[in-house]
Amino acid sequence: MRFSIYRYDPEQDAKPHMQVYDLDIDPAGNMLLDALLMIKDTLDSTLTLRRSCREGVCGSDGMNINGSNGLACITPLADLKQPVEVRPLPGLPVIRDLVVDMTPLNQQYRSVEPWLNNADPAPEIERLQSPEQRAQMDGLVECIQCGCCSSACPSFWWNPDKFVGPAGLLAAYRFIADSRDQTSDRRLDNLQDPYRLFRCHGIMNCVTVCPKGLNPTAAIGKMKTLLVKRGA
Amino acid sequence: MGDGDFVAFIMMPVKRKFDAVIVGGGGAGLRAALQLSGSGLQVAVVSKVFPTRSHTVSAQGGITAALGNVTPDNWHWHMYDTVKGSDYLGDQDAIEFMCRHAAEAVIELEHMGLPFSRLDNGRIYQRPFGGQSMNYGGAQATRTCAAADRTGHALLHTLHQQNLKARTHFFDEYFALDLLRDADGYVLGVTALCIETGAPLVIEARATLLATGGAGRIFRYSTNAHINTGDGLGMVLRAGLALQDMEFWQFHPTGLPGSGSLITEGVRGEGGYLVNNRGERFMERYAPHAKDLAGRDVVARAVALEIHAGRGCGPHGDTIHLKLDHLGAALIKDKLPGIRELALRFAGVDPIDEPIPIVPTAHYMMGGIPTNLHGQVVMPARFGPEEPVPGLYAVGECACVSVHGANRLGGNSLLDLVVFGRAAGNHIIETLRENPFARLLPESAAEGALTRLERWNKTGAGENVADLRLTLQTLMQRHCGVFRTEVLMREGIAALDILQTRLEGVRLADHSQVFNTARIEALELENLFVVARATLVSALARTESRGAHARDDYPERDDDHWLKHTLYTSENDQIDTKPVRLKPLTVEPFLPKERTY
Ligand SMILES: Cc1cc2nc3c(=O)[nH]c(=O)nc-3n(C[C@H](O)[C@H](O)[C@H](O)COP(=O)(O)OP(=O)(O)OC[C@H]3O[C@@H](n4cnc5c(N)ncnc54)[C@H](O)[C@@H]3O)c2cc1C
Ligand code: SF4
Ligand code: SF4
Ligand code: FES
Repeated sequence: MRFSIYRYDPEQDAKPHMQVYDLDIDPAGNMLLDALLMIKDTLDSTLTLRRSCREGVCGSDGMNINGSNGLACITPLADLKQPVEVRPLPGLPVIRDLVVDMTPLNQQYRSVEPWLNNADPAPEIERLQSPEQRAQMDGLVECIQCGCCSSACPSFWWNPDKFVGPAGLLAAYRFIADSRDQTSDRRLDNLQDPYRLFRCHGIMNCVTVCPKGLNPTAAIGKMKTLLVKRGA
Repeated sequence: MGDGDFVAFIMMPVKRKFDAVIVGGGGAGLRAALQLSGSGLQVAVVSKVFPTRSHTVSAQGGITAALGNVTPDNWHWHMYDTVKGSDYLGDQDAIEFMCRHAAEAVIELEHMGLPFSRLDNGRIYQRPFGGQSMNYGGAQATRTCAAADRTGHALLHTLHQQNLKARTHFFDEYFALDLLRDADGYVLGVTALCIETGAPLVIEARATLLATGGAGRIFRYSTNAHINTGDGLGMVLRAGLALQDMEFWQFHPTGLPGSGSLITEGVRGEGGYLVNNRGERFMERYAPHAKDLAGRDVVARAVALEIHAGRGCGPHGDTIHLKLDHLGAALIKDKLPGIRELALRFAGVDPIDEPIPIVPTAHYMMGGIPTNLHGQVVMPARFGPEEPVPGLYAVGECACVSVHGANRLGGNSLLDLVVFGRAAGNHIIETLRENPFARLLPESAAEGALTRLERWNKTGAGENVADLRLTLQTLMQRHCGVFRTEVLMREGIAALDILQTRLEGVRLADHSQVFNTARIEALELENLFVVARATLVSALARTESRGAHARDDYPERDDDHWLKHTLYTSENDQIDTKPVRLKPLTVEPFLPKERTY
């Protein structure tokens, strides 16, 4: 199979270039990550990427594959048109080859205070939550922070410092939706300016690319409604 | 970067100082970090991947605690099951400690926000797992607390969030190289490498905790993430310290070849069965009653024996087939949709029409860095077999406290992480309070690590890391897998000796300082080598079969000679032993009995 891969090592290269690799690999049953690691192991050990779980749960290997963001480890080779064009996640500074600097995403994640707040004295047993209440968090807690969504979002490209982006906003809503959390108001305050939440224009790129099938746009919509309801 | 620059690094790596440094951002490391940050200490967490990329994220089934939300339960029964599951090799004081504190540890996670699944009455959802009983061996218990089939993900993200809240200092994507020690053997921190810039760093701390996880990548077929390379174990061996019970590796009978992804036992529960290349349902020979649903170790061993006897399937004869097409498309789509997806994705077969190729797959390391129940690393010394190494702690899969003994029960690992993560945190807090002053770090403390690093700057032609890694993994799978005999293991050690000399001839083609993953893989390979050797040598020494360590030439458990732990040190491949702690903290001991289910 033929691959065309984005290469850039700031120590050696003045600017990035695409490098072509021809690899003898059976597409059946193999993922893009298998091909990339095979290239690294057998053709060119300098090819640089992140990987860990190799089964779509750790969020390490988000990249741009034939123009669309996804996880290399669960993207079947058989589904890919050749030459397979692989680039780093767009909109983020490239450190080397397919490795991007995730700092903007991590900072926005931190900015929504992604932790449970409950000031009541801790009971001796668990805080009760009905299955229905728990179901409010379905589609939110599964996020693996791969960044595929935010890096596909034009609003995030333009304002990575001011717009929280779909990944961070999904996390914000995860705590608003949690019946155990007592700080929904504060969380909404935190999003109430022209940028943090409202820069989302509902383009839905985030939903299209999310490898876990999550829907940040819906979460964003719900928070917008909540803000409107309380008289934003 | 020229040689001159590197020498400058050797002489003067940047230094940072903390009260405590934790190597590892998985469940164990993050639980300990939280305890320390919460107490106002300055704590640094060093992780070679962003913490939520750690292997804990992959755990599915759940975490055990006798909450009794579904069936009556109490920690005494949990303790009994764990002792028996360990094939009596687990230390009963540590097991009592873990089971006694399980409920509060899990409740604490819930209070932190872990999104557990729920029962109708609002309490935490629990599911039954193998080896769980009521009333000391009675009816099946339901003890595993679960967040759908993503418990590890939920646990890891929750702990990470709590650490963000507590303002733990993270060194994300820093690779720890070696321990810093002084002449008296005190551990004073670690040397690390910033992966992004290639700059070495000295992190000084009054307490150092290793939480580097498992090393399943010593085997060719492993359910473990790529990053599970036993780095903490390598650090300990290079410091001249011992590893405990390294012969005990849990193999899961049904993993996918290549990817190693797990195919759940549920497939056989639904009526699937294993066949060899003659189409024979061979489990009928090995376990006439339970057949394909015999114990994990029994089935894994049978699969290995069939392959070894030349009855393997596939072009290379190196797999066994898991047949389920006779179950019919409807049942497969209804009951096993996830498995079908996995098989389609990772093996390219649709189990509705074709069998799934499987191999016994390395899953969990029961052995590791010996500790007591405060997480202090302990070694044989002048006054006994278990003297704390000052300043050094270990928790999680890299540690051996030992609650899993010769065989881990499902759901007990996540529990181990949080119970002992917290206990180690508490002990560090106390110790630091009593010893407020740092010892002097000798000028030369980082030298060993930096020399090791420099070795990878050599240029020129040589073998490559990936080839050696694959050879090593294949060797371990063949010579120290589920199927072990003296001859096989001696051949394995001889082959490893040869491979070791080849390691010296490996050269990197990548000499960039920027995010050089080729160099990281080389450093990981060094760790894989020493862990593999520890495993082989320990396995050869233990002339009995117990739990996951099954020897064809010594098929019986031998309590007279082997009711004890092995300790391996690198120098001369030395094996020592120490007694199992059969005395619990407060309750009556569970005396060794024959283990039948
Ligand atoms: C597929 C699968 C399913 C499982 N399911 C369950 C289950 O349902 N229930 C259960 O109880 N157990 C389960 N287990 C076992 C359990 O998940 C692991 O034992 C446990 O998560 C290990 O946690 P840890 O914190 O010790 O290490 P890890 O989570 O592996 O973390 C290790 C950390 O150390 C860091 N590290 C390692 N080396 C270095 C270095 N050189 N420098 C810097 N940092 C380093 C890594 O970056 C990482 O942050 C499962 C295991 C597998 C493979
Ligand atoms: S929402 Fe989806 S795409 Fe975005 S970070 Fe989470 S898992 Fe990745
Ligand atoms: S829907 Fe909003 S968050 Fe998602 S891609 Fe579009 S602008 Fe970005
Ligand atoms: S390697 Fe973990 S998500 Fe792909």
